[in-house]
Amino acid sequence: MDTLHAVRARGITKCFGDVVALDGVDLDVTQGQIHGLVGPNGAGKTTLLGLLLGLAVADSGRLEILGAPVGRAFDAPEGVAGFVDGPGLYPSLTARQNLAALARLRGLGAYTAAIDEALDQVGLTAVADDKARGFSLGMRQRLGLAAALLTKPRLLVLDEPSNGLDPAGKRHVHGVLNRLAADGASVVVSSHRMDDLEAMCSEVTILATGRVVFSGPIGKLAAENRELDYRVRTSDPGAARRLADGMAGIRVVDDTPIRQDPELLVVRALVPALDELVAGLVKSGVAVRELAPVVSPLEAAFLALTEPSQGADR
Amino acid sequence: MTTTVADGVTDDSVARSGRVPVSRSYRFELVKLVSQWRIRLLVLACWIAPALFVAGVSRQSTLPSDTLFGRWMHATAWAGPLVMLGFAGTWALPLLTSLVAGDVFAAEDRLGTWRHLLVAVRSPRRIFVAKSLASLTVILLLVAGLACSSAVGGLVAVGNQPLVGLDGHLLAPGDAAVRVLLAWVAALAPTLALAAIGLLGSVALGRSPMGLLLPPLVALGMQVAQMLPLPVAVRLALPGYAFISWNGLFTSPAQLGPLLIGIAVSLVWAVLATALAYLLFVRRDFTNLAYDGSGRRAITIGLLPLAGLTVLAVAAVAVATPSTGSGINQDKVQRSVATAFAHLYRLQTRQLHRPAVTEAQLRATAACTKSDGQGAQEGAGNDWRCVVTWHLPGVAVAGTAVYQLDIGSDGRFVADGDGPKEVNGYFLVRTSTGDAPNPLWQFDGNVELLDTTSKG
Repeated sequence: MDTLHAVRARGITKCFGDVVALDGVDLDVTQGQIHGLVGPNGAGKTTLLGLLLGLAVADSGRLEILGAPVGRAFDAPEGVAGFVDGPGLYPSLTARQNLAALARLRGLGAYTAAIDEALDQVGLTAVADDKARGFSLGMRQRLGLAAALLTKPRLLVLDEPSNGLDPAGKRHVHGVLNRLAADGASVVVSSHRMDDLEAMCSEVTILATGRVVFSGPIGKLAAENRELDYRVRTSDPGAARRLADGMAGIRVVDDTPIRQDPELLVVRALVPALDELVAGLVKSGVAVRELAPVVSPLEAAFLALTEPSQGADR
Repeated sequence: MTTTVADGVTDDSVARSGRVPVSRSYRFELVKLVSQWRIRLLVLACWIAPALFVAGVSRQSTLPSDTLFGRWMHATAWAGPLVMLGFAGTWALPLLTSLVAGDVFAAEDRLGTWRHLLVAVRSPRRIFVAKSLASLTVILLLVAGLACSSAVGGLVAVGNQPLVGLDGHLLAPGDAAVRVLLAWVAALAPTLALAAIGLLGSVALGRSPMGLLLPPLVALGMQVAQMLPLPVAVRLALPGYAFISWNGLFTSPAQLGPLLIGIAVSLVWAVLATALAYLLFVRRDFTNLAYDGSGRRAITIGLLPLAGLTVLAVAAVAVATPSTGSGINQDKVQRSVATAFAHLYRLQTRQLHRPAVTEAQLRATAACTKSDGQGAQEGAGNDWRCVVTWHLPGVAVAGTAVYQLDIGSDGRFVADGDGPKEVNGYFLVRTSTGDAPNPLWQFDGNVELLDTTSKG
C-alpha cells in the first residue's frame, strides 16, 4: 500500500453500453497536492471523478483511494468529498441550513462552529441565512465547496469549481484549496480554465477520448511542448521586429487573433530562442516591457495533445 | 495492497465507507420536504380548511345531500369527517400523494442533487427507504389533518350527536366516533397504494411531469372503473375500492367482507409498487447525466407486474367470494330498503313524539322492481321502484310507502320518497339540533355487493 498517494489508479476501464468512457486510465494523485484534470468535452473527466467519489465502479482495473482498495459503488472510504456536475444544493434551505442538514446527515458533532468556519472560508458568511434559491452560480459553487469542506476531507474531488466565479471569488477558492493542500489533503480538480489550473495545480492529467495523453508536473508539460506564441511589448517595436526577423528559431507572427497593437510583437519560438531574443533586445538598448505566452503552456499542450481527438463525444 | 475492482466487498467495507444510518437520512429527507413552501401550505390547508368547511356547511340550510352522509351534517359532528373522507378519496388524497410521494425522487432530478446525496449517504437503498418513510410521514400528517380538522369543525359547529348509519340505525356518538376513525384508517390502505404508485412514477419517470400525474391518473382510472357495470370480483380487486368500502362500517352488522378485501388488495398494491420502485431505483445509473426516466424498463418492471397483480387479484376474489355479476339483485335491494326504512321510521316516530315502536313490531318489507319489472331484476340504475310495507301495533291495516331508488354500480343508493306525503314526503321535523327534513323523505343506503353479511 502506497501511503504517499491519495489516489492510485491502474488500467481503469469504464464502459456505458458500447461507449468506452475510460480506457485503461492510470492516475496518481500525491497526498497534499492539487491535481488538475483536463480534457475536451466527453473525454471521460466526469466519469473518472465519479469513480473517485464512489458514484460508480470501474469495469476493470485497480483503484485505491486514501490507501484503501475500492471494490464497488459507494465503497469510497471516509474522507472523500466533493461534487461533479455542480454542487447539490436545496434551494428551499438557506446556506446555513444546507450545511446543517448535511452535517446532521453525516453525524458531525458540534457542527455549528464548523459551519461558520466553512462559510467564512468560502466567503459566504454575509449570505449565510439567505435561501440558496437566490444564489448566483458562483455562490452556489462556493457553498458546494463549503459543504465539501465541512466533512474535513482528505481527498477533495471538484468538477469545474471555478464556474461562475468572479475574480475575487476565484481567488478565494484558490486560497481555500491551497490551504487544504498545505494541510495535507489532496485535491483533484477538473476545469476548462487552463489559467485556473496553472495557478492551482502542481500536476495535471490530460484525458482525450477516455485515455491519458499526459500526466505529470505542469513544468514538464511546458518543457515537452513545442513552439509557443509570445506577446512581446518593447520600447521600440520596429527595432524589435527587425531583430526577431534576423534571428534563427524566431518567427514573427502577423496573422494572430489577438488585438492589433502597434507596440506589440507576436513571435513563435522555443524557450531557448526566446531567451536569445530577449538578450538581443536588451543588448540593442530596447526595453522589454511585457513578455507572456499568447496561450498558456498548459492550454497549448492541451490543444496539441487533444485536437486530433476532438469530436469524439462521450 | 490492491484488489481488482471486480472483486467482492470486504466485510469491513460498509463500515469503512461511513454509510449514513436510515434514521439520519430519514430526518434529512423530512427536513427537505418540510422546507418546501408547497408542503407547508398543504399541511396548513389540511389542518385548517376541513374544519372551516365542515363548520360552515353544517350551519347552512342547504346541505351537500348528494354526498354520502352530507344530509346529516346539520345533525351530528360525525357526518362532516365522512363527507370529507368521500371528497378526499375522490380528489384530495390522490392529489396529496401525487404532490408528496410523486415528487420525492423526481425533485432530486430536477435540482440535480442526486450525486450530492449519494456521496453524502453512500447507499441508494438507504436513500430509498428514507425517502419513502419521509413521504409516508408527510402523507400521514396530511391525512390526519383532514380527519382531525373535519371532526373538530363538526364538533364545534354541531356537537357530539348520534349519527344515522347507512341502514338507518342510530349510532351513539362514541360508536360513531370510533367508526369514523376506523373509516379513515381503512382509507389509509388505498392512500398507501396511491403513494406507492407515486413513488414508482417518481422513480421511473424522473423529472417528467407524468411522474407527478401518475397517482391522480390512476385514481381517476379507478373511479371511472367503479362507475362502470363491472363484475363484483373486478370491482373489489381494484385498489381504489377501499375508498368506497368503508361505507360498510356504518351498517349493522358492519359489512366487513368488502372492506377487508379492499384493504388487502390496496396493501398488496402498495407493497408491490414500492418494491418495483425500489428495484428501478437501485438499478439506476447515477453517473448518466442524460437520465430522464427509465423508459422501457419502467414498463417491463413497473407496469407489467401491476397489470399481472390486477389479473391475479380478480381471479383470487372471484374464487374466494360467492358473488357473481353486479352483486346487486332484487332480494338484496329489498332487504336493504326495508331495513333502512324500519330504522328511520323509528327515528321519525321519536322526532314526531309518537308512541315508540320497534323494528320487530314494524315487520317492514319491501317489494322492489327494476324498469317496472321488465328485464333482469338486478344491477345498478335509477329505475328501481320499491313499495315498503310495515305494520303498527294495534293497527290492522299495513302501511305502504313508495320509493324511487337510484342505485350506483358500487351498491350505494339514494331512496327518494314518492308518497304518501304524510310518511315520506318533504316536511320539517323538530330535532334537538333544530328543524330538519323528514328522515323518511330521502335517505342513503347501500347494497352489500358480497353475500357475506346477513342484514339486521
